[in-house]
Amino acid sequence: MASDTGLRRFLRRRRITLFCYAALLPVLALFLYVRIVPIGFSLMLSFHRWNLLSPKRPYVGFENYLNLLEDENFWLALKNTSIFSFSTVALSTCIALPLALFLARRSRFSAFYQTLYFLPVITPMVPVSIAWKWIYDYNYGALNYGLSLLGLPAVGWLTEPETALWALVIMGVWKVLGYNMVLFLVGIRNIPAEYMEAASLDGASDWQRFWRVTLPLLRPILLYVLVTSTINAFNVFTQVYVMTLGSQSAPGQAVRMLVFDIYTNGFQFFRMGYASAEAVILTLIVLGLTLIQFTVARDKAKEG
Amino acid sequence: MARRRIGARIGLFACHVVLMAGAVVMVAPMLWMFVTAFKTQAEIAIWPPVFLPQHWTLENFTGAFRTAPFGRFFLNSQMIAVITTLSVMLTSLVAGAVFAKYRFPGRPLLFGLVMATAIVPFEAYMIPLYLQLVGLGWVNTYAGIILPYLFMAFGIFLMRQHVSSSIPTELLEAGRVDGAGEWWLLARVIAPLSGNALAAVGIFAFIQGWGIFIWPLLIANDQMLFNMELGLTAFQFAFSADIGKLMAGSVVSVVPMLLVFLLLRRRIIENMALTGVKG
Repeated sequence: MASDTGLRRFLRRRRITLFCYAALLPVLALFLYVRIVPIGFSLMLSFHRWNLLSPKRPYVGFENYLNLLEDENFWLALKNTSIFSFSTVALSTCIALPLALFLARRSRFSAFYQTLYFLPVITPMVPVSIAWKWIYDYNYGALNYGLSLLGLPAVGWLTEPETALWALVIMGVWKVLGYNMVLFLVGIRNIPAEYMEAASLDGASDWQRFWRVTLPLLRPILLYVLVTSTINAFNVFTQVYVMTLGSQSAPGQAVRMLVFDIYTNGFQFFRMGYASAEAVILTLIVLGLTLIQFTVARDKAKEG
Repeated sequence: MARRRIGARIGLFACHVVLMAGAVVMVAPMLWMFVTAFKTQAEIAIWPPVFLPQHWTLENFTGAFRTAPFGRFFLNSQMIAVITTLSVMLTSLVAGAVFAKYRFPGRPLLFGLVMATAIVPFEAYMIPLYLQLVGLGWVNTYAGIILPYLFMAFGIFLMRQHVSSSIPTELLEAGRVDGAGEWWLLARVIAPLSGNALAAVGIFAFIQGWGIFIWPLLIANDQMLFNMELGLTAFQFAFSADIGKLMAGSVVSVVPMLLVFLLLRRRIIENMALTGVKG
């Protein structure tokens, strides 16, 4: 009897394990083929010199990485991408946070405002880039019209090296602002009302309540927003491609970004190993940012 | 006290003004795109610019569709978005449920692997992936465009969270006692109880599938395979001066997304906010 139930349990376990593997097989096979293999392949390629056109693929150790360190385009791309990312994130956070604070008070219209602010978040990047390119147009652009109303001279937003990167930053802030704002809003609403009341009873001003109650409690979300939006910004490509390539365009170098550089090295110069080394560096940057988030979040949790 | 109340009123009013001004900035670029799409070429190149068209025209739309196969681009986008969304929903449901409710050898390793590689940006491994598909002969095919988007690590994560927190294991046990098989439980118990989470995954997948750009740029060279995003970009490079047609094409590309958003805005915003906060 005992061995009978034991056997039955064993058969059942085996049936369920088989089910699990059978159910996961298609997903895992796909996952292996479109993610694990290319990630490994990318790492492997980064240690080889390979021109795509040549049949030979010699192992060159760290040569690609060392060459990257001396490549002006790479440093430029890294610099531009960093400026773009940090400015976009800093600006959008600094604007989104007060907006969320306002919204948390005016709950009656909150849904209405959220919808409007969220609109840019869900619209696809290409049409939005085309619309912004038109806004930035030197001759007929809406922005230069605005400047002319203020009596200021027209600016070649996307065509002048000094402004092109900042034009992309402005558009980037516009695109992510609503997302950051909604995240902050959820965070603010999750702060227990008693904390605020207690602070008010102790005679804290609005300003003090913000610095002493709201901001510290918002820290995990703030950190999350900062890190994820920096990571997203580091992968910037589409808007740069649409807005600054082709005719009437621009100072390629002034807005050269990391992913664009990878794309150029890989698909215009066919330097697959070199481009892969660059891709590995992009991955390391993203991993580093994620690690920072985890470490800081854990330290804060310990303190709290 | 009265003075304080007036102060608070003014404060709220000021908040309103700031929020409203921000909202105008948020909406303005899209509005500008819409009104420009309905202007004649002469009106577009007018200085100072006028906001509303004096003569509304559909010329730009018909012109755009005549100049480039936008109908084809649009259908391609639809097809890519729909297929990837269905596939992501199905794979997320199955894998999420299995990772949530079953113990089997290798589970922590497999789930850990799926999650750990999710943060590696697509742009960092697109080159080798492209080379793999060259080997398969899938360059310039729909299958090649769609392949990387058939599952979504984040969707699997979301479904696992949902199934493990809101579907009681006892329910599945009761089903097994009644003789139900695992596939039956998945299709008839877990799936019907996961409507909201599945919808959330579907929305993410649709937004992603509609907007893919860099991958089709690599893998699709034949114009007939272009999605809206790629078609618009190509059109822009070819006819950069034809602002009216460009804006018309952009409107066509934005409208489906806008419709989805306006219909489901509550759910989209809440989902994005909550999943974002959970990390």
